[in-house]
Amino acid sequence: MKKVITLVSVLLVLAMFLGACAQTPATEPPAAATEPLRVAVVSPSSINDLAFTQSISDALLVLKAEMGEGLEYAFTENMFVVDDAAAAIRDYATKGYDIVIAHGSQYGSSLQEIAPDFPETVFAWGTTVDTFGMPNVHAYEAASDQGGYVNGVMAGMLTKSKIIGVVGPIETGDAKLYVDGFVAGAKSVDPSIDVRVTYIGSFSDVALAAEAATTHIAAGADILTGSAQMVVGAIGKAEEAGLYWFGTQSNQNAFATKTVVASQVYHWEGILREIIALRAAGTMGGKTFSASLQNGGQVITLNPEVELSDEIKAKVEEVIAGINGGSIVPLP
Amino acid sequence: MISDLLSATVIIGIISSGIRLATPYLFASIGEMFGQRSGVLNLGVEGQMLLGSFVAFYVTLNTKNLWLGVLAAMAVGALMGLAMAFVTVNLHATQGISGIGFYLFGMGMSNLLFQKLVGTVEGVKGFQKISIPLLGEIPVIGDIFFNQNALVYLAFLLVPVAWFVLNKTTLGLKIRAVGENPEAADSLGVSVARIRYLTVIMGGVFSGIAGASLSIALLNVFQQNMTAGQGFIAVALVYFGGWKPFGILGGALLFSLVNALQLWIQVLGIPIPAELAVMMPYILTILVLTLSVSKSRGPSALTKVFEREG
Repeated sequence: MKKVITLVSVLLVLAMFLGACAQTPATEPPAAATEPLRVAVVSPSSINDLAFTQSISDALLVLKAEMGEGLEYAFTENMFVVDDAAAAIRDYATKGYDIVIAHGSQYGSSLQEIAPDFPETVFAWGTTVDTFGMPNVHAYEAASDQGGYVNGVMAGMLTKSKIIGVVGPIETGDAKLYVDGFVAGAKSVDPSIDVRVTYIGSFSDVALAAEAATTHIAAGADILTGSAQMVVGAIGKAEEAGLYWFGTQSNQNAFATKTVVASQVYHWEGILREIIALRAAGTMGGKTFSASLQNGGQVITLNPEVELSDEIKAKVEEVIAGINGGSIVPLP
Repeated sequence: MISDLLSATVIIGIISSGIRLATPYLFASIGEMFGQRSGVLNLGVEGQMLLGSFVAFYVTLNTKNLWLGVLAAMAVGALMGLAMAFVTVNLHATQGISGIGFYLFGMGMSNLLFQKLVGTVEGVKGFQKISIPLLGEIPVIGDIFFNQNALVYLAFLLVPVAWFVLNKTTLGLKIRAVGENPEAADSLGVSVARIRYLTVIMGGVFSGIAGASLSIALLNVFQQNMTAGQGFIAVALVYFGGWKPFGILGGALLFSLVNALQLWIQVLGIPIPAELAVMMPYILTILVLTLSVSKSRGPSALTKVFEREG
């Protein structure tokens, strides 16, 4: 009996700690007379991962700045265990949050179970295109092949060795789109450019991502890129070797100022604004959104610390215009 | 295409990658081995590594002193080891579940501290490569083996030292006795509790260094959950290595070399699907484990609670 009590108490203390770690309410409930809009986000990694989760966190910060007291939001990060995420999503819905954002493609099946129980709640799920045909589920994705293509064009113009290395996580979702778009972009400059793609099988293994970068460099690559939060190790190796890196998801320019040429930055705030407006008009779900260069859902942010020739800058403008106008289709 | 793998660049690349990848495993596994040889299975290695890795990074970021960073990681690992020892030795809690608890604690705590104290991913100037005089100038071999950072050398030095301590010292004898037959050791006046405290704390210290080797020597950055399961691989490597330092060295090198090999396979465009390539080190480890485990036997008292009679 003593053993059981000890064990249970130990686990409880741990659970308390973890609870404290996981919940990061970003704002206190305001004492305003009008009811603020309440938005909750559940996300797999941390809000400062310099990648996927940071992109949605930054979007909410933008909205908060715009709406002030009119918006109250809560953020549960590090929910890489899907069951925990499901509990958090249900919890927010139960607490009466107006919009619950499940920011991870792995949360789909959980949402499919939870959403029908809360018809008054708007759920948004990304990155995906599937709303399950449910009336209160929106889907959002990033057309990251577009930014990938633009980055690829720049990389193709900058490479001297004609070898470019890509450090990918798992061949899925927006990471795969980005990588495929990047390869197409580089090849559009010169089809003989050898773009070598590695997938390391993990979104978090920083050490293996770094080693993949080192391997690319040893094999002759002079430009690197990659997607997801584990690439910070790879960026470091590019920096050590004095090579260029192209970023995606979040703005990585400041992390390695002389190394990161440009970042494809996701701006989810436009989509969130639309979801909020739709809700005010009575539409609870059923729409699929895509963050593209055209609608401002993604932006190519050049790093001012890295000097680019006018030729490359002009080409970037031209390619972006081409994608927006439909004359360039990154992944036909 | 396959013949591309036999060029000098590739072979040098694979071996030096393998050595770097093996470094955190060596620290963590050797530490874990001492705990297991005394009868305590600590599944919290991953959590100790994460917290060690954060603390080393944070201290280095603020003091610019790398050794202070390592020391801080050791201290944090020791504290977590102390807590693990208290829970399992004094409170007789089940080792497996307690270890998982400490893993979750280390992960949550490292995330929390990272967010409160650092806030964004940034780099730090870590341990630089040291070329060993003369040896470092040997072509090829010098580059692979004698141009590494200080923690890499330490990890490989740890193997013979651990072997010596375990097999040639009184302390090692006591550790083995406590792990094989705690009742007999106790009757001969060896304090089972004291030995287990010592080995589990030591395990924590080495796991802390393992974490530091990532954040301030090999990668020079901290990212949440950056150990990505390496702590659990480290526990598996103890079984793989038959609870022997040189066996662990073999296991860590095999796993890491195959991991480096699969990266090269992908980079060279050898037509093997990426999913299959990343599975290679794991599949190989499981294969060798199933083939070799029958020959080696673990410590008899592993995971068993010791209670003094009378």
